[in-house]
Amino acid sequence: MNAKILINTSYFVVALLFILGLKGMSSPVTARRGIIWSGVGMALATLVTFAWPGMGNYALMVSALTIGGGLSWWSGKVVRMTDMPQMVALYNGMGGGAAAAIAAIELAKGETHVPVVAALATLGGLIGTLSFSGSLVAFAKLQGIMRKAFRLPAQNAMNMILAALTILSGTGIVASSPATTLQILIFFALALALGAVITMPIGGADMPVVISLFNALTGLAVGFEGYVLNNPALIIAGIVVGSAGTLLTQLMARAMNRPLTNILFKPITGEAKTGGPGIAGRLKEVSSLDAASMLLYAQKVIIVPGYGMAVGQAQHKVKEMSELLEEAGVKVKFAIHPVAGRMPGHMNVLLAEAGVSYDRIFDLEEINEEFAQTDVALVIGANDVVNPAARTEKASPIYGMPILNADHAHNVIVIKRGKGAGYSGIENALFYADNTRMLYGSAQQVVSEVIKHIKELMA
Amino acid sequence: MEGFAALYIFMLAAFTGYEVISRVPVILHTPLMSGSNFVHGVVLVGAMVALGQAQTPLEQAIGFIAVFLGAANAAGGYVVTERMLAMFRSKKGTK
Repeated sequence: MNAKILINTSYFVVALLFILGLKGMSSPVTARRGIIWSGVGMALATLVTFAWPGMGNYALMVSALTIGGGLSWWSGKVVRMTDMPQMVALYNGMGGGAAAAIAAIELAKGETHVPVVAALATLGGLIGTLSFSGSLVAFAKLQGIMRKAFRLPAQNAMNMILAALTILSGTGIVASSPATTLQILIFFALALALGAVITMPIGGADMPVVISLFNALTGLAVGFEGYVLNNPALIIAGIVVGSAGTLLTQLMARAMNRPLTNILFKPITGEAKTGGPGIAGRLKEVSSLDAASMLLYAQKVIIVPGYGMAVGQAQHKVKEMSELLEEAGVKVKFAIHPVAGRMPGHMNVLLAEAGVSYDRIFDLEEINEEFAQTDVALVIGANDVVNPAARTEKASPIYGMPILNADHAHNVIVIKRGKGAGYSGIENALFYADNTRMLYGSAQQVVSEVIKHIKELMA
Repeated sequence: MEGFAALYIFMLAAFTGYEVISRVPVILHTPLMSGSNFVHGVVLVGAMVALGQAQTPLEQAIGFIAVFLGAANAAGGYVVTERMLAMFRSKKGTK
């Protein structure tokens, strides 16, 4: 009895710590305090749960905790800053998997549940499983294990059929509580397949939104399983994350001007480019020496980083270059598109890691007017977020997405790994424009060369 | 917990989540996503209870997986978020 009071009191404190922690994390000043408070909450919740009355299997519990927690702690410590997005996807998938596993146990116990409990357990299981397989696919894609956007024939019809089957089998479980093991197996297999099939065709610029969506879904699944387990800590933390994650997802989808339904069911593919008018002009290459002098003798340079900077691990070199240019009296600013990279804020995190000061970094709304008065826009491994087709070409799959107006600058230099279309497979008219020069190579190597030439020119 | 009390908690928690992050600047989107990812790692607690009450070997096996995954979610989520936010702290000092 006393244990119960201790646990309930602790869970109350835990819920408070989580909410205050998230609140703290929404401002740069208190962000670090926020994660530490949440961390204390998590530690407290875990410790006090050992006192839960009537539990066994402690050896199993401790070993699962140690192995799972230890492996994950280690992987989080050693992963490079640039690979953070896929790690978030991975950990999120594991949370979804945990929620699904709880649902599986509750359903497999063979007890008769009240319909509400059976329904919430099943729904939480469905959402958690979706999030699990979907996040793993997202991880595989970002990690480069799964390269291309992969579309089934009649993708949307397949999605609908699979979703219908999954819901049908879920309804069957709720209706026939207790469900048979076979029913449960079929249900989870269908849900696994559904999550993977929905995520596979999604690529490129849409991935951040999808990871955020799965994050919100895992929260929701955790909340539902909390109801089933009668555990207020799970309900509150899960639902708070579910709604906060939904808001975050909406903010991102809005930034791209693509409704969530389009992201999920009309994935961006290169197909549309054949419908639109062909792109006039040709790609014009520039040497790193010419690029260096263009930058050095400019008055104002705006750097537009994208995923290529992350892949090339170029953020430190980019910072070094920006400092050199400033020493030479060039005004340097960074323009960050809300969905540049593979997660919103991805570029901010990388530039912060490299030590670029905040007052150099600007959002799309803040800086877009300035491109017209800029001598050189330096695009480093960004593509879709500077594609003018989003403004002009109705046939383009990214039509309507707000973009950085790099094409308005007097000159544009694009650092790019190779010729051809980028991640999303859409051709970019900016690269063919008269005032655009292409600088091919991996971002880090190219920027290093540019730095070398700038130094020579300054000497 | 009574069904209706839980429903009220659902509703209030949903509004809380919405309000808590409604004024977040773009630079914190990634750390916040990562931080909220950490917070739902509390599923670990549910997994521990589920495993603790597991009877059959099958339940134990699934419970073990649940705790393993939940612990991975919580530990990884914390480390990654902490690393991201540590960079903001060093920035504050120089600004």
